[in-house]
Amino acid sequence: MSPIYPRDGLNAHPLNASPEYKSTLKRAPSQPLILLPHTLSETSGPVFGHVAVQAGDSDLTRQHEGEPLGERIIVFGRVLDEDGRPVPHTLIEIWQANAAGRYVHVRDQHPAPLDPNFTGAGRVVTDAEGRYRFTTVKPGAYPWRNHHNAWRPAHIHFSLFGPSFLSRVITQMYFPGDPLFPFDPIFQTVTDEKARNRLISRFDLATTEPEWALGYQFDIVLRGRNATPIEEPHDD
Amino acid sequence: MTERKDDLGLTPSQTIGPFFAYALTPRAYGGVELANEQVATEAVAGERISIRGHVYDGDGVPVGDAMIEIWQADADGRFHAQGNAGFTGFGRAETTAEGGYHFDTIRPGALPGPNGAQQAPHLTVSLFARGVLTRLATRIYFSDETGNETDPVLALVPAERRGTLIAKRGTDGVFRFDIRLQGEGETVFFDM
Ligand SMILES: [Fe+2]
Repeated sequence: MSPIYPRDGLNAHPLNASPEYKSTLKRAPSQPLILLPHTLSETSGPVFGHVAVQAGDSDLTRQHEGEPLGERIIVFGRVLDEDGRPVPHTLIEIWQANAAGRYVHVRDQHPAPLDPNFTGAGRVVTDAEGRYRFTTVKPGAYPWRNHHNAWRPAHIHFSLFGPSFLSRVITQMYFPGDPLFPFDPIFQTVTDEKARNRLISRFDLATTEPEWALGYQFDIVLRGRNATPIEEPHDD
Repeated sequence: MTERKDDLGLTPSQTIGPFFAYALTPRAYGGVELANEQVATEAVAGERISIRGHVYDGDGVPVGDAMIEIWQADADGRFHAQGNAGFTGFGRAETTAEGGYHFDTIRPGALPGPNGAQQAPHLTVSLFARGVLTRLATRIYFSDETGNETDPVLALVPAERRGTLIAKRGTDGVFRFDIRLQGEGETVFFDM
């Protein structure tokens, strides 16, 4: 049983030619893309087991001597395919700004403080049911130079592989109710509202731990469907 | 009986942004790398090859903040998932400030293609960068492979653009493959 990869869901993705996001202007291809048949090169993909992950990689609050500043959060969810089936044992990599909106990256020039107790990088492998869980702090919003007074809504970057080259995706998770959504050209490059809303995590009281951390659920749907036709129940 | 859930919409792609290195290519930050430019260890059988190139934007300016990933078959045209456990077939590199990248790997074998056709040896390539919202996918073929002429994927590409997918072997033995995101000599990217 191997997955198939229909193309109908792909219009959820943003167009690279999205001129409101200025960095696209000289980087988006101008020629039409060539439609590629799915060969073994595309339907296979790298496999990363638990060897890729070290103990503690999923808890970004315990990577240094002290605890980072900020609002402690639990980010969790499931990785599913387009049929809603779990994607087990797949690698997730995340990175984010600290609570002040500053990245550890050497080229981040935002004059907000670095936190000596926070790097902001994590990895986890989903379990047999496609579940994952990170502990971290809520990242701050940060300014960028796209236009006057441009600010990115708080977000966590996610990188996923899934079962094949076709399922590979890098995305960003946002937080519910962010007032910056209407003004963020990157978030708005996803033009379909329902698809855009799938990038917003959901506050979850059941996962929130008393006296400890808020819970946010972010389920991720990767390309792929079951190749075996599924029997529909007949009611007639 | 299997209960079919409602169709789920794909999670949309978003840009990798400029600040991924400390997580995805963290060598300079002292972090553990998932993969890097060294794709094949000494133990892996096959002809050693090196690929070098630069990434340029529509003005010919080097793209110094891209991440390039390659995925490839082994020398016999088999993928890791098929049981060749000594070789992951996966490489990852961040471009330098000058837009440069390289991979040291083994030459992949030919492999099956659509409708019984044979595909010439190639690497599949993903490019992520600030200003790229959805991963750009391309392929690297090799200039000294006669199978290029009958490759079913190259055949889909207009002849005048086919060369953008073929790495050229220099007198030093190194394959050169530049990636031009836009404009003159624009690399062919695929819709999958
Ligand atoms: Fe970011």
